[in-house]
Amino acid sequence: MSTSRIPEILRQHENTLLDDWTREQKQLTDTSNRLSDAELRAQSRRFLQLVQEAATRGNAVDIDGDAYKEVRKFLEEVSASRAALGFSPSETATFVFSFKQPLFAQIRASIPKAEEQVDEIWSATLLLDKLGLFTTEMYQKSREAVILRQQEEMLELSTPVVKLWEGVLALPIIGTLDSSRTQTIMESLLEKIVETGSELAIIDITGVPTVDTLTAQHLLKTVTAARLMGAECIISGIRPQIAQTIVHLGVELGDIITKANLADAFRVAMQRSGHVVVRKAVITAKA
Amino acid sequence: MEHIPILRMGEFLLITVQVDMHDRLALQLQDDLTEQIVRHGSRGVLIDISALEVVDSFIGRMLGNIASMSRVLDAQTVVVGMRPAVAITLVELGMSLPGIRTALTVERGMEILRDDVARARQEIEVEVAEESADGSSQV
Repeated sequence: MSTSRIPEILRQHENTLLDDWTREQKQLTDTSNRLSDAELRAQSRRFLQLVQEAATRGNAVDIDGDAYKEVRKFLEEVSASRAALGFSPSETATFVFSFKQPLFAQIRASIPKAEEQVDEIWSATLLLDKLGLFTTEMYQKSREAVILRQQEEMLELSTPVVKLWEGVLALPIIGTLDSSRTQTIMESLLEKIVETGSELAIIDITGVPTVDTLTAQHLLKTVTAARLMGAECIISGIRPQIAQTIVHLGVELGDIITKANLADAFRVAMQRSGHVVVRKAVITAKA
Repeated sequence: MEHIPILRMGEFLLITVQVDMHDRLALQLQDDLTEQIVRHGSRGVLIDISALEVVDSFIGRMLGNIASMSRVLDAQTVVVGMRPAVAITLVELGMSLPGIRTALTVERGMEILRDDVARARQEIEVEVAEESADGSSQV
C-alpha cells in the first residue's frame, strides 16, 4: 500500500484529470440549470486536492481515518448543498463515481506494468466506492435532518392556545393526536392556564380526523391534568361519526362536558363566568 | 422534627407547602391537620402547593387521604396552585384525585370554600325553617 502511486498520479496530472472529470460529469448528469460550470469545476478541483493530500498522508483506502477528515467534511458539504438544490441521491453520488474513468485512464497511461496497473486500479476503485457511498449516506442524513426539522415545526404550529374571553381559553386541535403531540398540547395548555389564570378551557376536536381509544385516553389525560390544577375543560367539535365511535369503543368520558360545536361550548363558558350575551335592540327606521 | 405550618383563618385552615414534601413530613402534616380541624372545628382546608415541584405517588395518595379525612371531620378541602408539571406527573401516575376540589389561585380557593360553607348553612337553615313550619302547623 505504501508504494501506491495514486497520490503521485493525482499531483502530476491534476489539470488533465480535472478536465476529463468535469466533461464526464456534464455528460452523465445535466447540471447546467442547477450548478454553473465554474462552480462544478471549483468543487471538483477542491475534491481532487483534498483527496491527493489525504492519500499522500495516510492509508489510501481507509477513508474513516484522520487523514480523510477534510475529504469527509467536504463531501458532507457537497451532498448537503446538492440535496438542497434538488439533486437525486444517484446524481449526487455520480459526482464521486464519475471520477473513476478519468483516473483509471490516467493510471493506465502512467503505469505500464500490467500487475501494478491492476493493483492501483483496484485500490482506486475501493477508495472511490467508499467515498461515493459516504456521499450517498450524507445525502440521506441531510434529507433526514430536513424531515426532522419539518416535523418539529409542524408540532409547534399545530398547538396554538387562544384566549377567547377573560378566563376562557380555546385549544383547536388539528390533525391526528399521537402521544408526542398530546404531550406538547397538554403542556402548552396547562402553561397557558397558569399564565392567564383561566378557569375554563375549550378543547375543540373538529380537526381531528379519527378518534380511537388512544386518542380518547390522551384527551382524558389532558382534561384530568387541567382539573387537578383547578381548571375545567369542555370538549367540543364532536362530529356525528366520532360520537358513534366513542360509544362503540366504550370510552367513558365521565362528567366532562361535551358539546357538538365551539359556539355551544362558548355559550356554556359565558354562563359559567356569569356573562350574558344580549342582542342590542335593532333600531329600524320607524319614521 | 420539622413541621409544615398550619395557619388558622377564621373557620378555615391554610397550609402552604414551601419545602420539598418528603414522606415523614407528609405523615406529620396528616397528624397535625386532623388534630387542628378537631380543635378549632374548622369547616374548610386550603392546601397551597404552588411551590411544590416534585411529586410521587405517595404524596399524591396523601393529598387524597387528607381530603377524605377532612371530609370525615366535616371540612372541605381545596388544593390550589398545582403546577403543570406536577399535574402531568400525577395523571401519568394514574392519580386523578377524584375526591379533591382544585382551584388555580389561593383567592379562588377561598371563594370556593366560602361558597360551600355558605351553601351548607343555607341548607340547614331551610331545613330548620321547614321543620318549625311543620311543627307550628301541627299545633
